Amino acid sequence: MQFGIFTVGDVTTDPTDGTTPTEAERIKAMVTIALKAEEVGLDVFAMGEHHNPPFVPSSPTTMLGYIAARTDKLILSTSTTLITTNDPVKIAEDYAMLQHLADGRVDLMMGRGNTGPVYPWFGQDIRNGIALAIENYALLHRLWREDVVDWEGNFRTPLQGFAATPRPLDGVPPFVWHGSIRSPEIAEQAAYYGDGFFANNIFWPKEHFSRLIELYRTRFAYYGHGTPDQAIVGLGGQAFIRKNSQDAVREFRPYFDKAPVYGNGPSLEDFTEQTPLTVGSPQEVIDKTLTFRDSFGDYQRQLFLMDHAGLPLKTVLEQLDLLGEEVVPVLRKEFAARRKEGVAEAPTHAARVASQSALVA
Amino acid sequence: MTVIAVVSAGLSQPSSTRLLADRLAEATGRHLEGADIRVIELRGLAVDIANNLVTGFPPPALKQALDTVSEADGVIAVTPIFTASYSGLFKSFFDVLDNTALQGTPVLIAATGGTARHSLALEHALRPMFSYLRAVVVPTAVYAASEDWGATSGDGLASRVDRAAGELAALVSRIPAKPRAATQIIPFEQQLAALRPFTTG
Repeated sequence: MQFGIFTVGDVTTDPTDGTTPTEAERIKAMVTIALKAEEVGLDVFAMGEHHNPPFVPSSPTTMLGYIAARTDKLILSTSTTLITTNDPVKIAEDYAMLQHLADGRVDLMMGRGNTGPVYPWFGQDIRNGIALAIENYALLHRLWREDVVDWEGNFRTPLQGFAATPRPLDGVPPFVWHGSIRSPEIAEQAAYYGDGFFANNIFWPKEHFSRLIELYRTRFAYYGHGTPDQAIVGLGGQAFIRKNSQDAVREFRPYFDKAPVYGNGPSLEDFTEQTPLTVGSPQEVIDKTLTFRDSFGDYQRQLFLMDHAGLPLKTVLEQLDLLGEEVVPVLRKEFAARRKEGVAEAPTHAARVASQSALVA
Repeated sequence: MTVIAVVSAGLSQPSSTRLLADRLAEATGRHLEGADIRVIELRGLAVDIANNLVTGFPPPALKQALDTVSEADGVIAVTPIFTASYSGLFKSFFDVLDNTALQGTPVLIAATGGTARHSLALEHALRPMFSYLRAVVVPTAVYAASEDWGATSGDGLASRVDRAAGELAALVSRIPAKPRAATQIIPFEQQLAALRPFTTG
């Protein structure tokens, strides 16, 4: 099982002292956070893609390429890549390039974004959101698997005799997760291809996500990729950790109360009860995270959101120390002890190369 | 069993909006013997509704209310008229309801106000809102001004309540019971194929 962090890359004023990082400071902070993730033994660093302030990450491969050069083990992912408004040809090329530079430590999470105007800004119509996600990914899937592609569709210029370059490393494309908050069509798409399904899981009560994941698992088996237990599931989560629970609550409350995504809304107590957010001791984070397995079954990747709402870099780095040293080692052990027989391993490039060679042999 | 959800957006306690809702529910019950009538007071959900607007998901009590309305065979929706239209709380509840939840559902609309001058708010605000939600709005909308509560029977409020309830009951019994739908799967091949007719290749 893989553990990591995912970042939205928001530039947010720290509500406790009114300071706001510059874009440069935030971008460099994201890099520092990624390096720290590797240092404390996490497996994955994932970042969002946005094309509007207050978010800085418009160019994930630039940042992930830089981080790749400064890390050895960390898997670099997106969370998410806009499959709707990016040209699938550029996604195929950019991420194959990154895959070579990172020695295969790359995967992607496809998403449709949460900002309506991005569609018209990139020449698309939001009403085609699902259709774009389906058609663009179908093309991307072929570009990574067929050397020369002839293709015509509804949303981009046709291709005749096109070869995306570079070819995926070792002939094995980056692993793909499909992220969704509400669409069964996307769970179905992930199942059809035998790709991973990532449930953001941060905002909605778990019942909603367990339905989507159940659908994905059933259809994964229907399409012949394995048993429902062998489907590849990732989950989001969110925590603020201090050794002592009361300290965590006291320190995080002003950030929670003003957080861009849920601030000025429910109380911290209600929100932690109704969503995966934990604000408390390492043991409380461990206990809550272990309940995810009860709701969703054995899963392969757990990502935590740790660096939003204006939290200072120093605090985030302390959070990562606690996460890496006190939470994740216990979770690794506990999840492994509970795991059912035959559950899929978390996807890595090396494992995928090995299973491809086994198929060919 | 036939389920009728009654949504009342009155704010005072006791409220004339709830009073009207109860009259409509009672009359509907007379026309639809054995119907299970479930009343939802939005006042108690006001904070949940605001939180749902902020976070994008309903807290448990609101979720239960939204499910009740979504699964009901008929709905009675009653609001006070504020500033020439439905109250913000009433609108916000229907804003956080899934916009397909009332598709094909018979809905009786009703409102209360200080004077009869605002009665057409039912026709220019509530009826189009429920049309947008593709609900089947009953022809008679019931407006109760303060003076109606002291009027003699005859062609007064009581007969309008009874007429509207009869229309709702007739629609509910004519429309087949709502399927309690599980998540619909559109097989992926079908999703792909839906994109193909536009292509030449």
